[in-house]
Amino acid sequence: MAEITYREALKRALREELARDPEVVVWGEDIVAYGGGGAYAVTAGLAKEFPGRIRDTPIAEEAIVGVAIGAAMGGVRPVVELMTINFALVAWDQIVNHAAKQHHMFNGTINVPMVMRSPAGFGRTAATHSQNFDAWLASVPGLKVVEPATPYDAKGLLKSAIRDNDPVFFIEHLQLYGTRGEVPDTEYLIPLGVSDRKREGKHLTVVTWGRMLVETMKAAQKLATEGIELDVIDLRTLRPMDLSLAIESVKKTNRAIVVEEGWRSIGLGAEVVASLQEAAFHYLDAPVARVAGLEVPMPYARNLERATVPFADDVIAAVHAMMANQY
Amino acid sequence: MVLIRVFEDKCAEMYAKAKIAGFLHLYNGQEAIAVGALAALRPDDDLVTHYRDHGYALARGLDVPAVMAELYGRSGGTTGGRGGSMHIADVSKHFWGGYAIVGGHLPLATGLAYAAVHHKTDRVVLCVMGEGSTNIGTFHATLNWAQLWRLPVIFLVENNQYAMGTALSVHSSVTEIYKKALAYDMCAERADGKDVLAMRDAVARLAERARKGEGPALLEAVTYRFRGHSMADSDVQRPREEVNEQKQRDPITMFLNDVLFKQNLIAQAEVDQIQKDVEAEVEAAAQFADASPEPELNTLYKDIYAQSVENMQVDGSLIRPATVLSRNGKHG
Ligand SMILES: Cc1ncc(C[n+]2csc(CCOP(=O)(O)OP(=O)(O)O)c2C)c(N)n1
Repeated sequence: MAEITYREALKRALREELARDPEVVVWGEDIVAYGGGGAYAVTAGLAKEFPGRIRDTPIAEEAIVGVAIGAAMGGVRPVVELMTINFALVAWDQIVNHAAKQHHMFNGTINVPMVMRSPAGFGRTAATHSQNFDAWLASVPGLKVVEPATPYDAKGLLKSAIRDNDPVFFIEHLQLYGTRGEVPDTEYLIPLGVSDRKREGKHLTVVTWGRMLVETMKAAQKLATEGIELDVIDLRTLRPMDLSLAIESVKKTNRAIVVEEGWRSIGLGAEVVASLQEAAFHYLDAPVARVAGLEVPMPYARNLERATVPFADDVIAAVHAMMANQY
Repeated sequence: MVLIRVFEDKCAEMYAKAKIAGFLHLYNGQEAIAVGALAALRPDDDLVTHYRDHGYALARGLDVPAVMAELYGRSGGTTGGRGGSMHIADVSKHFWGGYAIVGGHLPLATGLAYAAVHHKTDRVVLCVMGEGSTNIGTFHATLNWAQLWRLPVIFLVENNQYAMGTALSVHSSVTEIYKKALAYDMCAERADGKDVLAMRDAVARLAERARKGEGPALLEAVTYRFRGHSMADSDVQRPREEVNEQKQRDPITMFLNDVLFKQNLIAQAEVDQIQKDVEAEVEAAAQFADASPEPELNTLYKDIYAQSVENMQVDGSLIRPATVLSRNGKHG
């Protein structure tokens, strides 16, 4: 078992699946030549290992996704990289009206086994380049949506996504690419649609995913020194959303906070809160709270960006507020 | 052109010093295009560009310290630090902004051209993009529409041979970009983007046509960027010999040697003085930017909407149930 980055874990998943299945191809903008492979170097070097199967495309997201859908209908297994999730908006029609619909509309006779990989998140890139549409994507029947937080999960989930027979939107995070974690040298898969407990605790349940898991784990460590033990549930897959662990956890802790990076109103947190109160209302000692991003277009200025997205200290503040029964 | 060159070099230096962050796309090598094009237009002609926009901002005469302060993310910036490098704008100077989604600004520019006609003005719109942007749907949809309605817009394609790291022949089946406009029966030209006078003359010609109601045009400016795509680009993909060869044809020295010196229009001493003055001006801009305060936190919710409605506070934040309203921040 070695410690590798999230980026390297993704690359290994791609490499293993490319080697295992000749139907797998990888397409995207600047994934071959630029910087040796990819705006965020996930595909670096792969084009040499798999000649002809890793290809640079024109800047035309609508076509990238659409052509991949057609190829998938024809039996190929495309993995497309959308340089950032902001550019997925250009492909929205293909994602929602075609990828997600084919199987059902054609009576189960057509399959679209494809993966759309794309990083979300921020990094001083201002309003149009700092978004995450996980809530929008996860609201679409017919799509599967994955958002791993650790290198281990990233690798195992990407391999499953590539083998899945449905369109999977696989959300990565700019701030996670350089994070490190243990990943086995031997092959493993992580099933789509299964959440994971990342920390065991008895005082308060935190439900989260993606980059906010990392911030939550930092918060949990700090809170543990004060005697507050968080039970941290990582959703990992957002559609289908597995809330069984979260519900079981709430029955134990009687308190829950949902931590998300995105805009709060009509966000994924709202879905989790609604589901928790439906399933465990009588176990709750306080309304389920949300930590979320401010509902503003992301500003470029350093101080404003810092104030817009949640970090560990926001999680800590929310936990303190709830433990002090302020809700 | 010298101002742009010196400004961009200062940006690179300040990016390395972490004064500037995010995506920073520099214009070195392409200066003749912005300078030539804007010299051919009136100050009230509308300008819309992609994210490689500093050159256009400076050539349009935006306040140099304010442009630098924007790159620093400070309150004294052209948009108060909200946009950064990719989104310089000054509507009072008819510069409607740099845009960062490839192809996203083409319809906007065309809509501005419609507005000019609708309001019976004779303004034209200059819409700037890279050649990598000519493969996306909005390019084709917009060209067709602009031609169909004979709108006064000039699509200026800066063909610097690479879209990020992807070479022209790898991303476009048509490598003479101007030909793409011919599919829409649009007037199309190609010019040497390193020749500032050629750029000026071409834009002047096309603007005159557009002003007379003869319709839009596409101008391909053949050029090369002397730096990587952005400061995040290691630029390993372009052959060094190619970059060095391109640098031999530097638009600034070309104009100096082939025009100004040749026709005895300028003396070396004046050239040196311009260089010195510009360096001082850019240094002063950097100092202004550094001294400019960060934007106030309470501006976060400002200007999200132009008009408030029921259940929305004037600051743009949504009115929530009382329990939550008191903590209308990241948690609550
Ligand atoms: C819709 C969309 N897809 C991808 C990107 C990422 N991106 C930014 S610039 C760029 C290359 C554009 O090249 P070109 O149009 O030739 O302009 P240049 O940068 O060379 O001036 C890419 C792929 C984007 N901003 N928007």
